Amino acid sequence: MGAIIIFIQKAIGQGVCILYGANGEILTEKSGNLNLGVPGMMYMGGIAGLAAAFLYEKGVAVPNASVGFVLALLAALLAGALGGLIYSVLTITLRANQNVSGLALTTFGVGVGNFFGGSLSKLSGGVGQISVATTASAFRLKVPLLSDIPVVGDVLFSYGFLTYFVVVLSVYLSWYLNRTRQGLCLRAVGESPATADAAGINVSLYKYLATVIGGAICGLGGLYFVMEYSGGTWTNNGFGDRGWLAVALVIFARWRPLNALWGALLFGALYILYLYIPGLGRSMQEIFKMLPYLVTVVVLILTSLRRKKEDQPPESLGLHYFREER
Amino acid sequence: MAKQIHGAREPLMHITKRQECSFLKAALIRLAAVALALVVCAGVIVALTGLNPVQVYASIIDGAVGSNRRLWVTLRDAVALLLVAVAITPAFKMRFWNVGGEGQVLVGATATAAVMIYLGGALPGWLLLIAMALASVLAGVIWGVIPALFKAGWNTNETLFTLMMNYIATQLVLFCVVFWENPAGSNTVGLIHPDTQAGWMPALFGLKYGWSLVIVVAIAAFMYVYLRYSKQGYEIAYVGQSVNTARYAGISVKKVIIRTMAISGGLCGLAGFLLVSSTSHTISEALAGGRGFTAIVVAWLSKLNTFTMMAVAFLLTFMGKGALQIASQFNLNENASEIITGIILFFVLGCEFFINYKVEFRRRKED
Repeated sequence: MGAIIIFIQKAIGQGVCILYGANGEILTEKSGNLNLGVPGMMYMGGIAGLAAAFLYEKGVAVPNASVGFVLALLAALLAGALGGLIYSVLTITLRANQNVSGLALTTFGVGVGNFFGGSLSKLSGGVGQISVATTASAFRLKVPLLSDIPVVGDVLFSYGFLTYFVVVLSVYLSWYLNRTRQGLCLRAVGESPATADAAGINVSLYKYLATVIGGAICGLGGLYFVMEYSGGTWTNNGFGDRGWLAVALVIFARWRPLNALWGALLFGALYILYLYIPGLGRSMQEIFKMLPYLVTVVVLILTSLRRKKEDQPPESLGLHYFREER
Repeated sequence: MAKQIHGAREPLMHITKRQECSFLKAALIRLAAVALALVVCAGVIVALTGLNPVQVYASIIDGAVGSNRRLWVTLRDAVALLLVAVAITPAFKMRFWNVGGEGQVLVGATATAAVMIYLGGALPGWLLLIAMALASVLAGVIWGVIPALFKAGWNTNETLFTLMMNYIATQLVLFCVVFWENPAGSNTVGLIHPDTQAGWMPALFGLKYGWSLVIVVAIAAFMYVYLRYSKQGYEIAYVGQSVNTARYAGISVKKVIIRTMAISGGLCGLAGFLLVSSTSHTISEALAGGRGFTAIVVAWLSKLNTFTMMAVAFLLTFMGKGALQIASQFNLNENASEIITGIILFFVLGCEFFINYKVEFRRRKED
């Protein structure tokens, strides 16, 4: 029983981070932008949140956890949005290639993360690694009272704010995309920008906003990782390939935030499954770590085989839209 | 500009497509972008470290080409990057977004290492090298053709498919590393055949990386001719322009997609061979080192011209090596290079706009 509870908790811990990235990317891709800068934006969000909390805790004699919390949250959102903005300026205004711009953003973002993560404390005159225990404690605060319930409390109420927020966000995004007028317009932009333009929708504005807000959401994924998952510390490249898993999850979820919600749980479970299968040699563990990617490939193939209209990527995904070139 | 429509103001600026941009003008715009990027990078360096940026740039140059050995290491890595960039070029020309170079390099390297380890003593030196090269190409072909088959048959999204194949390849390497690890429990393979040097690329004219240089430059030149002057190259360009027109012209689109990805994957695999046989003599999941992704940027910035690629690949490797030097000299973290590379890429990607389009501002009424 105890092992199962820990397994669920760990799977959720892995899943939340991926889910933020996937939600951000779903919003972005719905506008027709295939932003491969997700890992970069997640790194940027993570390090910005950490840096904000670090500078705050260092600058004040007695740091207050809630102030650190707000500062880290804002910094992560801004950094992620900045990543999305760079991508938007390049691809929407300057009409650069989407794949290449996204990969450049990933290079940049991962560099920013690892650079500051590795040398922030040195640059500000300290020694050793960054640690922001006070702020992290605010992110790790469990639901009061409810988390004391045995079993149910452990499984459902033992997480921090960002874990619950991502659930709310997924539900909201699903509602927004499918049930609101703006969501309809956004999907129109992603499917057929020329039609949307003819219908009087401001295509560039929608693309910009979706990509920038998508970036901010990705940034939260990085913040979750450094604060709630790692307890306010940084390890270079510790974030691993979670950014690409987020891109994989978008496909797995077939561009639906609610599918991503349970898909993230599945991915999280697959990600750590190798730790829980008894008698697994080290080599077989590596094979098990392939599972999330293999599952994604299978889903990708199946959706293209079935050709169901509602399961396909946005029609103009990865393409530019210039009004003059029709 | 044109006469104003009565009552409506002409917008502040408008954008028109350039018919063509002279080579000189395009080169100047690109140079300006790189210069601007370096200024921004200098600003970032000063803001972060308070160091003199001129001094920092001087040590970049020193780190990349400051000694004979450094120059060769930079060349060696530039050549590996160049081969991957050349490899993905035909796919990109076909508008098949092969972002799986990383994985194709890794499986090629794994196949190379497998042949090297298991046939190391059994074959004479030259035959072993050929067997290794063939195995690497074959592995790369398989890895590249799988997504191509699904793209050709069912139009499965190739960007996402090839991206996922990278991580499957990474795990495959990690799986093999456990089998081949040496010494046991170290989780690394270590140098393969350090004493007999079986399967190590020999020196050419006394130059340690001479063979790599010759092979890769030859392949780059061949690819230029292949894409520009052969029938198959023409078919690739056609499919890239418009699948429907290609079909109408009687080109078998499926065949072209699969064949081109076989070439692309195979050459990536060969890059894996060079990395193992000539550079590292070992295998690890970090062997490809992001080259599959950087190569995409190299290929794209070069407008898929393999000769331009040589310069771009060298420039990017140069910056990377130089930044490593800054890192050790000024006691910084080596990831500074990625930030600088990223900023340069943003500017160069952005400047293409000014080559393709002309921005005209509203003119003051003159009459």
